[in-house]
Amino acid sequence: MTTVPQPDRRTSGHPTSAAAAGTRLDPWLGSYAERTGGMRASEIRALFSVANRPEVVSLAGGMPYLARLPLDQLSDIAARVVAERGLVALQYGSGQGDETLREQILEVMRLQAIEAHPDDVVVTTGSQQALDLVTRVFVDPGDVVVAEAPSYVGALGVFRAYQADVVHVPIDEHGLVPAALDETLTALAAAGRRVKLLYTVPNFHNPAGVSMATERRPQVLEIARRHGVLVVEDDPYGLLGFEGEPRPALRSLDDEGVLYLGSFSKTFAPGYRVGWVVAPHAVREKLVLASESAILSPSNASQLTVSTYLATCDWRSQIKDYREMYRERRDTMVGAMADLMPSASWTVPEGGFYTWVRLPEGLDAREMLPRAVTALVAYVPGTAFFFDGRGADHMRLSFCYPTPERIREGVRRLAGVVTAERDLVELFGSSGAVPRDSVQAPGPDLV
Amino acid sequence: MPEVRPAPTVAVLAGGLSHERDVSLRSGRRVAEALRGTGLQVSVHDVDPDLVPALRQLRPDVVWPLLHGASGEDGSVRDVVQMLGLRVLGSDARASRVAWSKPVAKTVLARAGVATPEYVTLPQSLFRDLGAAQVLDVLVARLGLPLVVKPSRGGSALGVTLVTTRDALPAAMVECFSYTDTALVERAVLGTEVAVSVVDTGAGPVALPAVEVVTDGPYDYDARYNPGRTEYFAPARLGPDVAAAVADVAVRAHTALGLRDVSRTDLLVDDAGVPWFLEVNVAPGMTETSLLPQAAEAAGHDLGVLYRSLVDAVVAR
Repeated sequence: MTTVPQPDRRTSGHPTSAAAAGTRLDPWLGSYAERTGGMRASEIRALFSVANRPEVVSLAGGMPYLARLPLDQLSDIAARVVAERGLVALQYGSGQGDETLREQILEVMRLQAIEAHPDDVVVTTGSQQALDLVTRVFVDPGDVVVAEAPSYVGALGVFRAYQADVVHVPIDEHGLVPAALDETLTALAAAGRRVKLLYTVPNFHNPAGVSMATERRPQVLEIARRHGVLVVEDDPYGLLGFEGEPRPALRSLDDEGVLYLGSFSKTFAPGYRVGWVVAPHAVREKLVLASESAILSPSNASQLTVSTYLATCDWRSQIKDYREMYRERRDTMVGAMADLMPSASWTVPEGGFYTWVRLPEGLDAREMLPRAVTALVAYVPGTAFFFDGRGADHMRLSFCYPTPERIREGVRRLAGVVTAERDLVELFGSSGAVPRDSVQAPGPDLV
Repeated sequence: MPEVRPAPTVAVLAGGLSHERDVSLRSGRRVAEALRGTGLQVSVHDVDPDLVPALRQLRPDVVWPLLHGASGEDGSVRDVVQMLGLRVLGSDARASRVAWSKPVAKTVLARAGVATPEYVTLPQSLFRDLGAAQVLDVLVARLGLPLVVKPSRGGSALGVTLVTTRDALPAAMVECFSYTDTALVERAVLGTEVAVSVVDTGAGPVALPAVEVVTDGPYDYDARYNPGRTEYFAPARLGPDVAAAVADVAVRAHTALGLRDVSRTDLLVDDAGVPWFLEVNVAPGMTETSLLPQAAEAAGHDLGVLYRSLVDAVVAR
């Protein structure tokens, strides 16, 4: 019998027994908390390091195209904030966030029919921190979070970090399917599972690109209420629709059962890391306490800069400008896929940054990624957006960052990759991919 | 009066367009930091259209390619550096090219009398010509199971799969061919995985203590670059005879392949204590979790001093 040694994860520090003959690279191997077991760098992340090179067309990342921002004005604003209010901007601030900014946030949310009080708003370090706080406050290890299939990779990473179990509910071209949600929640209740949150991205879904139909919104809220499940509405893209008026937010229909997560990252700039959560009074108290224990207070410098921007610049026109630019890029991407990659199928998003592409039968997006990187094009494999290893037959393509010419070139390269991969899979009649872990700690590229 | 020579200048090359770009960037940063700590002027360059003009202008005394994968290890970037009339730390282009191909390196080592797992190399086109299922059947009949499927070139264990059943073989081949067009399939040797780094600071190649790699599964990319998943022991927990045997294999690999300055040989030691040669790296990883720095530290070397003496040896060459 051949013996293959195994790592010793039980002993912390420098174990004296097995390791007596050598030093251990990581003396704390035995000390890590159980929840860090799910955090790791993946080869996908490594492959993405190439995506930053100018030769590569990256259809992977969710970075807004900031070249459209009035950088001169923003530079003046930053200077003014320090010159005129430096002693506030550079000091610790309120755990709940700057009051003026919270009032301005109400104005932004009114565009989606949300009525709230400034006291209901908690400013966070990006809405990613809001996700972290909400999960920390509500989820015990083993609790269930229900999320769309697929779902935002950054949220799945948070749920995993808090040792939640995520159960996916199907979506179609009109978003979350109410009947399927009801069925899933009923089955979970029958199985004695504790479901704490329904996590949804109702507008211009990341990664699926679809939006929840207006008539489904009250149905979803009714089902959640009936099952006693709190709804987390994550809405970074709500104002980035290409057609018509924004749909009413779930929060506009229910101010007790919904936590609304908003962000300036996509409508303005992610570098300030300013997001927010709107919550019922009691929940909001808990969120503020949790935020204070995590970060004391969100950055005053960032908040005052964003606040001054909202007060002195035409932010509505900026959003309109973004919308028109992203619409052109969406059109280019969808058009290029129709011309060059007809063997695949995809969603046509009415806003946001992403389209969700189904690969031809038998292809595995994760296995195909190295070939794509060799061909100088990058995407995110669908497996990143599921908690349970599904999604290999899909990939997420983003059209937010590359110019239309680059998008077309990227799709052309991808079409070649798909053809080569199809040949390979036909050759071996592959019966599925080499199994690997699904959810990884998300890199900034995956957002 | 003794002549005062200015400290040599070093250009570290890191990054590149390979699948191992990330590892290479980290290696480059680590080496540059260590060398700067010894008072050297070090610049770090990516492999892009700015590289040749930068090297022409800087005329560094030594160019240290820390590029992993593709043009970094196959010799082609080294060729260009040599054509510019600059000195390369590490193997020259020709030797790199030989070592870079795993099957060629295995053949050379087998001829030198070193045990290496039985293997075949299979280009993707062969499967098309002969029919995949039949080739795979022949493969299993000949080499048995378990097998290791890996790209014939490339590192960081990308595209490598340990296959224990015939059913798992097609998926492993697809994964491998996503990285490169030729697969190396070898009989899996089970046992203790060790890596032996070799350095030559002017007095001939010397093996550093073997580093033992212990993981909870195959030593794949995930295991390599996630400190918690893998445990390393430096020096490896081997008896003195076996430790001497693995050191001997690494030095023989370095010599037989005509390598220079630095290399790392990966081996498996079976239950009988026999070392099996797997592959050799002409640009071994130099990240904080990499094997060569661990080995050097286990031998009591200060990394800065060791890297500096490698640079000095190249200048004196």
